[in-house]
Amino acid sequence: MAELEAVIGLEIHVQLATRTKMFCGCELSFGDEPNVHTCPVCLAHPGVLPVVNEEAIRSALKIAAALECEVAPRSIFHRKNYFYPDSPKAYQISQYDIPIAGAGRLGDVRIHRAHLEEDAAKMIHVGESGRIHGSGASLVDFNRGGTPLVEIVTEPDLRSAAEAAAWARLLRETVRQLGVSDVNMEEGSLRVDGNISVRPAGSAELGTKTELKNMNSFRFLERGIEAELTRQRELVEAGEKVVQETLHFHPEDGTLHPLRSKEEAHDYRYFPEPDLVPIAPTEAMLRGARESLPELPAARVERYREQVGLAEDVAALLAADPETAAYFEQAAEAAGRVEPRVVANWVTGELAAALRQEGGEASAAKSRVEPATLAALVAMVQEKKISHGSAKTVLAELVANGGDPAEIVEREGLAQISDGGELEAIVAVAVEANPKAAEQIRAGNQKAIGAIVGAVMKETKGRADGGEVNRLIKEKLGA
Amino acid sequence: MSDVLALTALQAHEAMVAGDLDAGEYAATWREAAAADELNAYLWRDEDGGAGAIAVERPCIAPVAVKDIFCTEGVPTTAGSRILEGYRPPYTSTAVRRLLEAGAPVLGKTNMDEFAMGSSNENSAYGPVLNPWDRGRVPGGSSGGSAAVVAGGLAPWSIGTDTGGSIRQPAALCGIVGLKPTYGAISRYGMIAFASSLDQCGPLTRDVSDAALLLGILQGADPCDSTSVGLPEAPRLPDREDLSGLRFAVPADLARDAIEPGVRELFEATLATIERLGGEIAETSLPHAEHGISAYYVIAPAEASSNLARYDGVRYGMRAESAGDVIEMYEATRAQGFGAEVKRRVMLGTYALSSGYYDAYYGQAQKVRTKIAADFTAAFSEYDFVVTPTSPSVAFGLGEKTEDPLAMYLNDFFTVPMSLAGIPAISIPAGLAEPAGGGPRLPVGFQIAAPAFAEQKLLDAAYALEQGIGFDAGPSGAPYAGIGHKKRTGVGGEEDG
Repeated sequence: MAELEAVIGLEIHVQLATRTKMFCGCELSFGDEPNVHTCPVCLAHPGVLPVVNEEAIRSALKIAAALECEVAPRSIFHRKNYFYPDSPKAYQISQYDIPIAGAGRLGDVRIHRAHLEEDAAKMIHVGESGRIHGSGASLVDFNRGGTPLVEIVTEPDLRSAAEAAAWARLLRETVRQLGVSDVNMEEGSLRVDGNISVRPAGSAELGTKTELKNMNSFRFLERGIEAELTRQRELVEAGEKVVQETLHFHPEDGTLHPLRSKEEAHDYRYFPEPDLVPIAPTEAMLRGARESLPELPAARVERYREQVGLAEDVAALLAADPETAAYFEQAAEAAGRVEPRVVANWVTGELAAALRQEGGEASAAKSRVEPATLAALVAMVQEKKISHGSAKTVLAELVANGGDPAEIVEREGLAQISDGGELEAIVAVAVEANPKAAEQIRAGNQKAIGAIVGAVMKETKGRADGGEVNRLIKEKLGA
Repeated sequence: MSDVLALTALQAHEAMVAGDLDAGEYAATWREAAAADELNAYLWRDEDGGAGAIAVERPCIAPVAVKDIFCTEGVPTTAGSRILEGYRPPYTSTAVRRLLEAGAPVLGKTNMDEFAMGSSNENSAYGPVLNPWDRGRVPGGSSGGSAAVVAGGLAPWSIGTDTGGSIRQPAALCGIVGLKPTYGAISRYGMIAFASSLDQCGPLTRDVSDAALLLGILQGADPCDSTSVGLPEAPRLPDREDLSGLRFAVPADLARDAIEPGVRELFEATLATIERLGGEIAETSLPHAEHGISAYYVIAPAEASSNLARYDGVRYGMRAESAGDVIEMYEATRAQGFGAEVKRRVMLGTYALSSGYYDAYYGQAQKVRTKIAADFTAAFSEYDFVVTPTSPSVAFGLGEKTEDPLAMYLNDFFTVPMSLAGIPAISIPAGLAEPAGGGPRLPVGFQIAAPAFAEQKLLDAAYALEQGIGFDAGPSGAPYAGIGHKKRTGVGGEEDG
């Protein structure tokens, strides 16, 4: 059997951080006392009518611009009819066949569409199951009901769980930088569902997909998709068929549970919402959305690769959030003649490692190390004023207590040994002390040099230049 | 019976403005009159006065009877349904708010067919309204209560809603004026929805001048209703004296055979009156109008099935005792709370929107609707108005059509096409005719339809025709009957009566 390829598409619900709800004037909230942000409209009293939140349209247009989507000249709302206590009107107002945003792209993934809709109220099921079936009682909090949502649907362009999680992170960062949502997965302001299938590698046909829900972190998203891919691969390899269904991921034990078919068997009886008029964005609104866009991560990665000459992985690390990107750019600027590529490696490499070591938030921008400070340190290494090893020591001190690198070097006596005679003498002692290694090096085994270099570094407390030490050892042993 | 009850709302307004009539006493007199309701026309009356009142500098507008479909804060609002029994809305509809802001007290809430579904008022959960002309007959529907209170001298004027004829048909059957404005002229906010794309608020009045006055108070764009636009200009009181230069078109495809002989006779007589007043009568074609009823009875139930889904017993109104889960509670509440006609239409509408049937029913009905609107547009490119009888018959007997929904639906034959097209139409009394089965003569309505937003032109023509017809009869005991009150002073020479 041919190898099975994963085919993954994502559906992302983004709660917009507008001041008020999608169709009424109630304020948005999170964590407030239940049912305080309600009114006749969002409680669906008889006779009320929805009015579209203009700020939500502007936010959706920004998302559309960031995802390079085509914007519909006239998009409309439909009613999606279903009975459930989280939906007081017994229908959700949602865009259906003419969404505000059509085809687009983010990174390597094509966007199928993005549309506006309203969020449901929050249900709290009292009892063991945590679901409506089998619960002792169910409570409804209408504070969330009517929160504006943008649902973004991708094409099935993702090929692994890791790829899906990485792309979802890129999307979150992109939306966050637009300033239109809190994009907090734990609080539910960003919700990601997966459409998952497998097919023989190279096949153009799509396999039967399942829909995977309830993954409220990127880690769970990756684990959930991985678990579902494994399940589907095992089924197909055993000659069985994948059944189209909706699955819930349980992060506690990593298991997948099908939603009961009764909850799923809906005929939503969509029809155009007669209480609303079409959304027809003006040219000024479209221009406003485009012009409000900051430089987004995908574009920044491109610029770092093309213009700054960074490797893709380093570029992606630096470009993800604007604070880190700004840190890098300020440091590179301050480092003067030092190549930006070198500064980039220090930000993503040694500085990140030092911050992790220190614990806490591993954000360069929020650390005690100012961009100019890091630049000065990197310049000292480049100019061979201190060794790479000493620089790491200085960096650890900077991360812990801040300060000036030159002063620390002075105080700790970390200046590189620049006197050739002094270093030569130390090398000679080290060679003497490691006769076995010296013999091996003479015999042509270059790997054995590590032991002697280590001894030199120990003696100099890392203040020697590694390249110079290597050269001196080889010279001494005639290797 | 006080003399002031004989005044039209406009006359009372003028008297109050002139300081000849005390607004408080006048309103109290009407509350007394309303208290004598023997027609089951009111579901609630403001017995003490001042319900929802907004302090205005100088109240000078006559009190209004309001169809029980308009939410009014703190005032029972049932839409004629058991499922909203005991419901007191936490907010006030825009239409009622405009009345209160103008200084017009709410006299009471009028009985209606449940959720405005019906043409006889027999679908009210609170019993039928009786026709003041003959208490063995229906007042029409669904705004039957609003028509009966005006005709029966229980209110100076009223507001109702018209989805497929629910203002015009009861106005015709009760011998008063009923105007359905252009869709979007008056806000629907707070008006309990039946079929959102068709529902429109409008006045029911003794004469055309009162209709113009009340329309002026009600109309206007409302930020709470995205589909409201208001009228291009505030309506003036009509003052046209003749119909010269105006062309009135009668649909050639009019199902004349379906019209009762007495109604047909008065219709022809009214056409002759139009000619006498200088108007021109011609035939036009509305080839798709005959499919209006079919399209209407798909679109309206489809929208209703969705609009009425919110009545689930969770947040307000009636909740059935149920030992089961939430779905069983929904089912029991809706089974007990809705009447037969509402259930019939919810089922029809649910079916029409179902996956696999949408295109054949809802989609097709929308196409027919577009064609009917195009028919009217074509007719109005040649003619000023389209005229028909308002209803094919005079008021029929209580219980006469309740077993035959289709016969009941055909009452709306002449009024539904205008609703589908969203255009304004008015019904004015054409006279009295003998019912098909014999008996005392009863009112007949004459319907005039105009292009969208041409309310002023429509009111002007209706006023001139009203004067030409000179109908001033009323049911026995009505305070206004037989006094020729409809001609306004200062318009067209001497006041008559």
